[in-house]
Amino acid sequence: MTTPGPDIPGSGSRAGSAVPHESARGHVTGEALFTDDLLGRFPGLVHAWPVLAAHAHARLTRLDTTAALAQPYVVAVLTGSDVPGEGDAGPARHDEPLFPIEVMFHRQPVAWVLAESLEAARLGAARVVVEYEPLPAILTIEQAIEQRSYLAGPIGLTRGDVGVLGASSLRFDGQLSIGGQEHFYLETQSAVAWMDETGGVSLHSSTQHPSQTQEIVARVLGVARHQVTVECLRMGGAFGGKETQANTWAAIAALGAWKTRRPVRVRLTRQLDMALTGKRHPYLARYEAGFSLDGRLDALRLSLWSDGGWSLDLSEPIMWRSLFHCDNAYHLRAVDAVGHVCLTHKTSQTAFRGFGGPQAMLVIEEILSQGARRLGLRPEDVRERNFYREGDTTHYGQPVGDADRLGTIWTTLKQTSAFERRRADIDAFNARSLHVKRGLAMTPAKFGIAFTATFYNQGGALVLVYRDGSVQLNHGGTEMGQGLFTKIRQVAAGSLGVAADRIRMMPTRTDKVPNTSATAASASTDLNGAAVIDACRQISARLTTVAAGLLGCDASAVRIADDTASDGRRSLPFSEVCEAAYRQRVPLFAHGFYRTPDIHFDPAVGRGRPFHYFTYGAAVSEVEVDGFTGAYHLRQTDILQDVGDSISPVIDRGQIEGGFIQGVGWLTLEELLWDTQGRVATDTASTYKLPSWSEVPDVFEVNFLQRATQPGVVFGSKAIGEPPLMLAISVREAIRDAVTAFADAGGGHAPVVTFDSPATPERVFSAVRRVRLERPAFR
Amino acid sequence: MFQFVLNGQALRVERAAAGTTLLDFLRERGLTGAKEGCAEGECGACAVAMRAGEGPVSQYRAVNSCLMLLPMAADRELYTVEALAVGGQLAAAQQAMAAAGGSQCGYCTPGFVMSLFAEHYRPGRRGPCDPLALAGNLCRCTGYRPIADAARSLGPVPRDAFSARLLHAAPKVRELSIEGFSRPRSIDACVALLARHPHATLIAGGTDLCVESNLRHRRWPHLVSLEAIDQLREFADTPEFVRIGAALPLADLGARWHDAPEVIGEWLTLFGSPLIRNRATLGGNLVTASPVGDAAPLLLALDASVEIAGASNPGDPSRTTRRMLPLSSLFTGYRRTALLPGELVVAVRVPRPLPRLVRFYKVAKRRLDDISTVAAAMAMDAPGGRVQRARFAFGGVAATPVRLREAESVLDGQPWNMSTVERVQAILERTLTPLSDHRGSKEYRVEVSKSLVEKFWWESRP
Repeated sequence: MTTPGPDIPGSGSRAGSAVPHESARGHVTGEALFTDDLLGRFPGLVHAWPVLAAHAHARLTRLDTTAALAQPYVVAVLTGSDVPGEGDAGPARHDEPLFPIEVMFHRQPVAWVLAESLEAARLGAARVVVEYEPLPAILTIEQAIEQRSYLAGPIGLTRGDVGVLGASSLRFDGQLSIGGQEHFYLETQSAVAWMDETGGVSLHSSTQHPSQTQEIVARVLGVARHQVTVECLRMGGAFGGKETQANTWAAIAALGAWKTRRPVRVRLTRQLDMALTGKRHPYLARYEAGFSLDGRLDALRLSLWSDGGWSLDLSEPIMWRSLFHCDNAYHLRAVDAVGHVCLTHKTSQTAFRGFGGPQAMLVIEEILSQGARRLGLRPEDVRERNFYREGDTTHYGQPVGDADRLGTIWTTLKQTSAFERRRADIDAFNARSLHVKRGLAMTPAKFGIAFTATFYNQGGALVLVYRDGSVQLNHGGTEMGQGLFTKIRQVAAGSLGVAADRIRMMPTRTDKVPNTSATAASASTDLNGAAVIDACRQISARLTTVAAGLLGCDASAVRIADDTASDGRRSLPFSEVCEAAYRQRVPLFAHGFYRTPDIHFDPAVGRGRPFHYFTYGAAVSEVEVDGFTGAYHLRQTDILQDVGDSISPVIDRGQIEGGFIQGVGWLTLEELLWDTQGRVATDTASTYKLPSWSEVPDVFEVNFLQRATQPGVVFGSKAIGEPPLMLAISVREAIRDAVTAFADAGGGHAPVVTFDSPATPERVFSAVRRVRLERPAFR
Repeated sequence: MFQFVLNGQALRVERAAAGTTLLDFLRERGLTGAKEGCAEGECGACAVAMRAGEGPVSQYRAVNSCLMLLPMAADRELYTVEALAVGGQLAAAQQAMAAAGGSQCGYCTPGFVMSLFAEHYRPGRRGPCDPLALAGNLCRCTGYRPIADAARSLGPVPRDAFSARLLHAAPKVRELSIEGFSRPRSIDACVALLARHPHATLIAGGTDLCVESNLRHRRWPHLVSLEAIDQLREFADTPEFVRIGAALPLADLGARWHDAPEVIGEWLTLFGSPLIRNRATLGGNLVTASPVGDAAPLLLALDASVEIAGASNPGDPSRTTRRMLPLSSLFTGYRRTALLPGELVVAVRVPRPLPRLVRFYKVAKRRLDDISTVAAAMAMDAPGGRVQRARFAFGGVAATPVRLREAESVLDGQPWNMSTVERVQAILERTLTPLSDHRGSKEYRVEVSKSLVEKFWWESRP
C-alpha cells in the first residue's frame, strides 16, 4: 500500500479525524496498483478469452478445439477435461459448472482459449467450434412463476393476523416491478495466477472474499486450501459484485496456470463483465395493504419474487434480507411476507450494496406513498405515523434499539432542510408553471447490521510490530474504495498509541489471516476493526509492562500515546520500548479475533435477533420534471445519517454521498435490459448509463446525527457502506410528487401515480400523460 | 516506424500490431496509471493529456487513450499521470483531488486527474476550474461532490514548466506511412491515396471507429488518418456561410465560432463529453450516418451542406474535384451515405443568415454524455407570428436522421400557434418510423417527438 506523503494533510491522524483515503496519494499519482496493473511482473504471461454460448438455454452437442489450437500463438484451450478437481464454482450449492454441458445463460463461457496475447486468444476463441441443441429458456420472473421455476423459496416472515385486512378502512392491492442494477465497478473482474516456487498456486485477485476465492480454486484444482494463496491488493470498486463473482475468473486463471505452468491472466472486458456477471436482482412485488383512516398501516400481505438467474449464488440470503427489511422504518403490526428466488436463464444475480434490502424498502415506501395519496394525507405524515417507537420489536422479534433516533432524525431534518417552507414554495411554483413541475419528498431508512448468516460475523487480524517501532497491519477485510483500510489504520493508531504513518497497511492475503468472511454487509470495520483492537491491546499491554520496567514505575501508571510511553514524569520513544521488548524476549506480534455477540436467527420459525444493531437515516429530495419529455433534474438533497461516532468523517461522508448517488442511478436512469434472446441488451457503458455529473443534486447537504455513540461497536461508530443507498428512494418519491402535480387540481384528491422502477424519463413521461388524462381518484 | 514524445521523452515505435491502442501501449510499458474502464470512451479512466491546438501557442487536452490507435500518437506530445508529480511533489490537481476526498477506490482517479490537470492549465481560464471539464470521466464511488470541490479549489494557471511548455505551438503532425496506416498531408494526397487503395478506411478523431475496434474486434486492412491535413481543420466565417473543416475537433469549433448563437453552445455541451469533443469531428459524426448522431439534427435544421472531395477521373487521381451536397441528401440508409468510393467530406457549410428561432433538444436517460433516444432541432423565422423558413429535423426516429419536409411545408406562412403545432404533430405521428430498443420504445419516440414540437412552440410562442 502506498503511504500518504507529508503533503496530504492529516495523514497521521487517529480515529475521529477527517483524513483522506489511506491510498489517496497512490490514487492520484497512479502508483496505487490494481490486479491487472501487475502484468509486467509476470514474464511469459498467458492471456485468456472465453468461448461464449450462443443460446440462453441449450445442450452442448459438440465442442471442437482443433482449429483454435492451430491458430498462431494459441497455447491451450481449457475444457472440462482439464479440471483435476471439481469443475464448479458455485459458492453455496455446487451449481455453477465452469465448463457446462447444459448452457444456462446467453454468452455463458463454455471453454477458454489461452494464448500469448489477448488478440490471439480472441482469434482462437472465434475458431472453437461449438454446436448446441437449443432448449426453451425462461427469461422473465412472470415466466418463472408460471412454470414454478424456483431456486429457493417459499421463505417467509409473519406476525399478527393479516386477516384484519378485510376490516381496514382503506384496502388496496398492487404490484411493482423493480429493475436490476449493474455494479459497474470501474475495475472489471480480474485475476492473475501462477505456480509458486514451492508448487502451490498463488493468485492476485480482485475479490471481496479472498478466503472463498481460495476455497473455490482449491476445489477446482483438487488440492488442500493450504496450497492456494490469494492476495487482493485493492479493488477498483466492487459493491458486492466481487463477493462471490470474482471466484470463477480466479479459478480459470488458476486452472490455466496449473495446465500450462505459466502465469495466466483473466480480465473481463467491460462488455464481457456486463454480459457474464450477476447484478442486483430484479424483483416483482405483489401486495395487499390495509390502512386506518389516520394513515396507520394495519396489515400487509406481501409476495416477493427475485430474478435469481441461472444459479443460486447468494440469492437466498438476499431474499432473507428483503424479508427482514420489508418493514423499513415502520412498525408492521400484521404482516405476511413470502419470498421466492426465481430460476431464469440469465446471469446469476448476486450481492449488491443493500443485499435485497433496497428492493423491499422500495416496496414498503411505494405502499405508504400510495396509501397516503388514497387517504388524502401527506406521505411524510403517514411515514412518520408508522415509525417504530422505543420498545417496539420487528416482525421477526428483534427489539428495535434506539428507535427514537428515527423521530429525532425526522424532526431535525425537516427543520434543517426547511421542508415545510419549500413545500409551500413548490406548491406555489407548480400553480403557475404549466409544463414543468417540482416535487418534494422525504423518506427514512433503517438498516440492520450483521451478516444474517450468523457464522460469518467474525473478524481476524495479525499485527506485527518491528524492533524499530514500525508496524505491519494485516486483517481479513479487503479495500474496495470504501475506506476500510483508512478506518482500520486510524483504529490501530489509536489503540497502539502511535501515529498512523508508523502503520503500514498490508494487502489482504489468505496466508496472513485465514478463513475470513467476505468484506460485505457494511460490517467490515465492525468485525475487522474489533479484531485489530484485540491484537493491538495485547501488544500494548506487553509494551506497557516493558515500559514500566524501563521507567521504573507501576504498569498502571504507563500510558502509550503519540509514539511515546510515559508515566507522566518521564517518557520513552515507542521505538525504544519495542527494541527493549525484543531484547527481553517479549513477542511483538499478535493475532486478534472478534465475534459479534448475541446474534442469532432461526429461519424455521422466523424469529431471532439477526442484527447487531440498526442504523438510521433520512433524506429530503427535490426534483423538477419536464412534462414535455419526462426528463427530470435533482435540485436538492438533504441527508441526515446516523453513523454513531464517526471514525473517519471524510470516509463516512463519501460513503453517504456515493451510496446515495448509486441509489439514484438504480432508481432513475440505470435500466438493465435483456433482449428476447436472453442477451444482456445493455452490456456496454454506452448503453447502460451510470450517474454522471448531471445527476448530482445542485445542492447536496449531508450531516451526521449528533450524540449518537453506539455502544459495543468500534470506537462508538456505526456501519455506513450500504444504508445511504436506500435514501435515494426520496428521489423516486419526489418524482412521484412532481408527476402528481401535473394532474388537474380541480376538486378531489390528487390521483394515485404509479410507475415501475427505474423511473426513466420514458416512464415518467407516460406517468405524466396518464395523470393529465385521468380524472382525480377518490378513495 | 514513428515517434512521439511521452512524458517529455522521445520514443520510437517500430511497429504497432493491429488494434493496439495508445492505452495498451502505455500499460505494456508499465505506465499503468491510465486504466481501461470501458474501452469505448465513456468512462475516461484512460485519459491522458495531449498538447494540442492551432496557432503559435497550445494547450493540454485530455483525451481517451483507449480511442487512439497507437499510430495516431505519431508526432504528438503526450503526458500520463505518472509525469505530473515532479520530484515527489504532487501537482496541484493531484493534491486537490487527494485532499478533497476525491478518490475512493482510486481506479478512475488518474483519468480525473488528467482531465483536471488539463483544465487547470487551460490558457485564458478565469476563475476556478470548471467541474464540467471533467464530465467525460465517470466515478462509481464518490457521487462527484468531492471531485467538484477539488476542481473549484484550484487557483489560477500555475507558472511552471508545464505552463511554459504551452507557449510553444503544438507539435506538427506530419505525414506518415506505415503498414496498414497512412496519414497524408493534403486533401489531394488523401484522394490519391484512396484511389490507390480502394479498401482503405478513413479515420478522423477515431471516437467511433476505435469503439468498433475495441468492442466488436473489427480490423481494417488500411486506415487513412485525416489528422495531418491542415485544410480539414479550417474554420471560416463569411457573410454567406460558416464553413467548418470536417476534421476540426469539436472542442475547436466552440472556441473558433465566436458569435455562434446560443444553441451551438447548448448543442456542444450535450455532444459527447469533453474528452470526446477534444478528438471527435463533425465530419466523422456525419459520415457514420448514425440515426442517433448528435451532429445531424441541428445541422439539418440549419440547412447545412457538405463539401465533398473526390477524384475527377479514376485514371488520374492527382486531380481532385469538389462537389456540394445538401446534408439532407447525405444519408441514404442506416449508417450509409451518398459518398462515392474515394470521396471524403472536407467541410460543412452552414448558410447565413441563421434562423431567428432555433432550438436543439436531446432526450436521453442521462442529460450529459448519453446517446439520444430522440434528438430534435427546430428552426424558423416567425416575423409577426407567421412561420417562415421552418426546418425540423429529428434523430432516433428512423433509420437515418430525417428532415420533416412535409411538416415544414405545412407550417409555411401559418400562424405559430397550438393548432399549427397539432397539424405538425399529426404529420409526425404518420411519418416517423422509429424502432424500440434499449434507449426507448417506438411509442415513446413518436410521442416525445410530438411533444418536443409543442415544447418548441411553448418556448418560442409569440
